[in-house]
Amino acid sequence: MPTYRPGPVSLVIAALVALFLLMPLLAVIPVSLTPSRMLAMPTGELSLRHYRSLIEDPRWLQSILLSIRIGIVSSAISTVLALCFSLGVWMFQPRFTATLVGFVLLPMVVPPVVSAVTLYFLLTSISGVSSFFGYDTWLGVAMAHSVMTVPFATVLILVSLSQLDRRIDLAARGLGASVWERATRVIMPNIKFGIITAALLSFVLSWEEIGVTLFITSVNAITLPRLMWMGLRDNIDPAIAALSVILIIVTVLVLAVRSFFVKLRAGR
Amino acid sequence: MRGILSDRMGAALLMAPLLLFLGLAYAWPFLGVVKWSFTLPTPGLGQYGALLTDDLVQSVFIRTLRIAAIVTVVSVAAAYAITVVWVRGSPAQRLIAEFCILVPFWISVLTRAFGWVALLSNRGLINTWLQSIGFISEPLALVRNEFGVIVGMTHFLIPFAVFPLASAMRSLDDRVLLAARGLGSSRMRTFWTVFVPMTRSGIIGSAMIVFVFSLGFFVTPAILGGGRSVMIAELIYLRIFQSPDWGLGAAISVVLVLFVGALMALLFRYVRPKQLI
Repeated sequence: MPTYRPGPVSLVIAALVALFLLMPLLAVIPVSLTPSRMLAMPTGELSLRHYRSLIEDPRWLQSILLSIRIGIVSSAISTVLALCFSLGVWMFQPRFTATLVGFVLLPMVVPPVVSAVTLYFLLTSISGVSSFFGYDTWLGVAMAHSVMTVPFATVLILVSLSQLDRRIDLAARGLGASVWERATRVIMPNIKFGIITAALLSFVLSWEEIGVTLFITSVNAITLPRLMWMGLRDNIDPAIAALSVILIIVTVLVLAVRSFFVKLRAGR
Repeated sequence: MRGILSDRMGAALLMAPLLLFLGLAYAWPFLGVVKWSFTLPTPGLGQYGALLTDDLVQSVFIRTLRIAAIVTVVSVAAAYAITVVWVRGSPAQRLIAEFCILVPFWISVLTRAFGWVALLSNRGLINTWLQSIGFISEPLALVRNEFGVIVGMTHFLIPFAVFPLASAMRSLDDRVLLAARGLGSSRMRTFWTVFVPMTRSGIIGSAMIVFVFSLGFFVTPAILGGGRSVMIAELIYLRIFQSPDWGLGAAISVVLVLFVGALMALLFRYVRPKQLI
């Protein structure tokens, strides 16, 4: 319980920063209600036409479904790979662990644009061999997203493993459990919260990924952020404002539910 | 199987899939990009020579460094102000600060850039309002220039700057602050001479993270700069998809990675990685 509280000057400056942080999120609400076909503030009457166009224009729905599919596949790949790797690190503590973990974290540290060029090189190379899996295919995007999200999943799982008591595993080992039994029946049930968080974070990161996606798609694999990008670059489409309002509301709800569950766990 | 599977085998079996995956899908193509930078359009060091002589490339590098420096100073200062309240405020203040930090953090970079377009563009909230109260007659140019880019990037990076600062402030011993106050130091003086110096590692870590992120920023400058204040990442994109000059794009990428790598090495000489979370 800190007893040293911020003074009035700190509070005023912090309030200004808070306002700055929330301002652009609030600004999209009036724009989404404009009756105009272009980006403008509503003058007088309000309209829901941009919300309607989200439902009526099939491109939005298609890209949402594609983003969900890519998110699920890439999250599954990156969670499974990260889990196996982290279990290996934790159970066997091999030599060169620091170097290997550092290698795995590279896609998180390297500037995203360089990763994008790298994955562009990879997928265009694959395209020469297979048209089903490469540049501008949904499987290619899913693989690229796995590369980008796997470091985050690994960090989360390694952190939850580091809070696990090693003696549980030693006991299981002493009682004759095999590596498989130790991993699946002793360790994994104890870090399931970390594994679920890793899967969810991977999904969210893939769902909103744009930097890499922009380099590796052109006309076929149009994910939701890719479609938003197209609408933002040319004539700004107010339907993006309507979509943004929905995404912001969903984010706030998910955060509220999450903090409720965190409190619940802490209270138990 | 029990006992037959040696520790080394088990570790190798579990760790191999991910290492293989990243080796094939990340390390190998990166080497391919490095190869491009030496072979396209003609083999040799031509692309790296062009980096040193091309005026456009140089002006983009200088602009990127300038924007990154301004964004770093502003973001760390703003993040410091809100982190103080998040870590040390009353329970209600903490909840509000946490909301204001985490909600933007989880909202996608596109939505946030679009929010700034809605605020700053010619027919956006700020210009419409200023014109309706008669303060200005022509809309102010707030976006499609460097100002818009700096505002958008600062907004994106403040939450990232918060986390290292918060970890430094949490580990700070309260009794030192109380002692300073008890010995007659004013609130201001305690803050500047005791509190701030004791969070130095957090400030360095947060500044480094923001600076490194700013260097490779793509989406926000592309949307809020409107093609007029191009930064390194957008230049790479343009060289690969519009000119197309893959060799130069690859060479800029390699230089960017080396530069960021050098900065990170410098960072870890001063701050332990654990202090950044």
